[in-house]
Amino acid sequence: MRGAGTFTGRAWRVAAKAALVVALAGSALAADAPSTRVPLPGVTAPAEGTCVEDTEFMRRNHMRLLVHQRDRTVHEGIRTEKHSLANCVSCHAGSKTGRVTGSKDAFCEGCHRYAAVKLDCFECHADRPAATASAAAPPAGGPK
Amino acid sequence: MSRVDQGRRQILAWGAAMAGVALAPGVTLFDLAHGRAPTEPASSKVRWGMLVDLNKCASDCDACVSACDKENGLPTEKTATSAQWIRKVELKDMRGQVRSLPMMCQHCAEPPCVDVCPTGASFKRADGIVLVDRHTCIGCRYCMMACPYKARSFVHEPTTGQRPEVPRGKGCVESCTLCVHRIDRGGIPACVEACAATGRQAILFGNLNDPESEIAKRVASYATTAVRADLRLDPGVRYVGL
Repeated sequence: MRGAGTFTGRAWRVAAKAALVVALAGSALAADAPSTRVPLPGVTAPAEGTCVEDTEFMRRNHMRLLVHQRDRTVHEGIRTEKHSLANCVSCHAGSKTGRVTGSKDAFCEGCHRYAAVKLDCFECHADRPAATASAAAPPAGGPK
Repeated sequence: MSRVDQGRRQILAWGAAMAGVALAPGVTLFDLAHGRAPTEPASSKVRWGMLVDLNKCASDCDACVSACDKENGLPTEKTATSAQWIRKVELKDMRGQVRSLPMMCQHCAEPPCVDVCPTGASFKRADGIVLVDRHTCIGCRYCMMACPYKARSFVHEPTTGQRPEVPRGKGCVESCTLCVHRIDRGGIPACVEACAATGRQAILFGNLNDPESEIAKRVASYATTAVRADLRLDPGVRYVGL
């Protein structure tokens, strides 16, 4: 029993050190650390500060803005651009993929895969900006 | 593109531009001044409608149908189950006289599709446009059964290549939206524009509630027909010469 108790105490100390390392890694990450052992969504956002709201606000609340805008658009015909899905897509489609779904590099799908949250906007909505929506050949099977 | 085609395109472009110009004093093809502020909701002061003159509608012309397909990103290769928002119908009366008319959602004032919808997805907007909110539609197709005009379609297959302004997907019912995305920006429906570009100008679009509008004047002064008027649904799409 005594040995086991000592072992438990040692285990706690190891765990505390590990937690400290993770916390340090986390703070380093917050300060734009280039590499980390924590897997992150491999998406790149357009330039900081160009979004319609703060990044932190958008991370937590983008879905609320979209639902609000969607009801105003469908039922009242208010088609302001600021919080519209088409406006999001036109900026976030990005030059790498040209779409917001279809791969883990795509802005919407990359983060939604990481967070394991189902993304079904693009079963109906266009996942690429207007200019390329008709020009690009649609992929077989469509957005997942 | 040959030079002949270029010339033809130029004429079509002029035709589209001229469509908005006064044809005679007080007579325009459609009302341009229906713009509202982008933040202002659709109002019941307006009721959008169409008047189709069948004397000008040719049976071999389907410009309105192809314009609708293009505008709304509907599949151009039709199968038995493809969605169809507008179609050309041939009617033959007892004397053998044939009439060709475009048939689409009639945007009823008393829409049966709205009455039967179990989720409230099928609704009538304040300005009289009957729409499906696909976020709420469960695809039960009750509205398709209720519609006497067979105006609605169910999307059976996964969709690709949607237009950003016209989202559409498998599992929902859909129909003519009167090109609501264009109307909200002060435009006119694609079929009306295409019909004008052919030079036939068979479809007149406008505000039925405004007594000064061309469509209201014509409805007041000429004999117009509502299809299945016996159902008293008060459709927003009227026909002349039926």
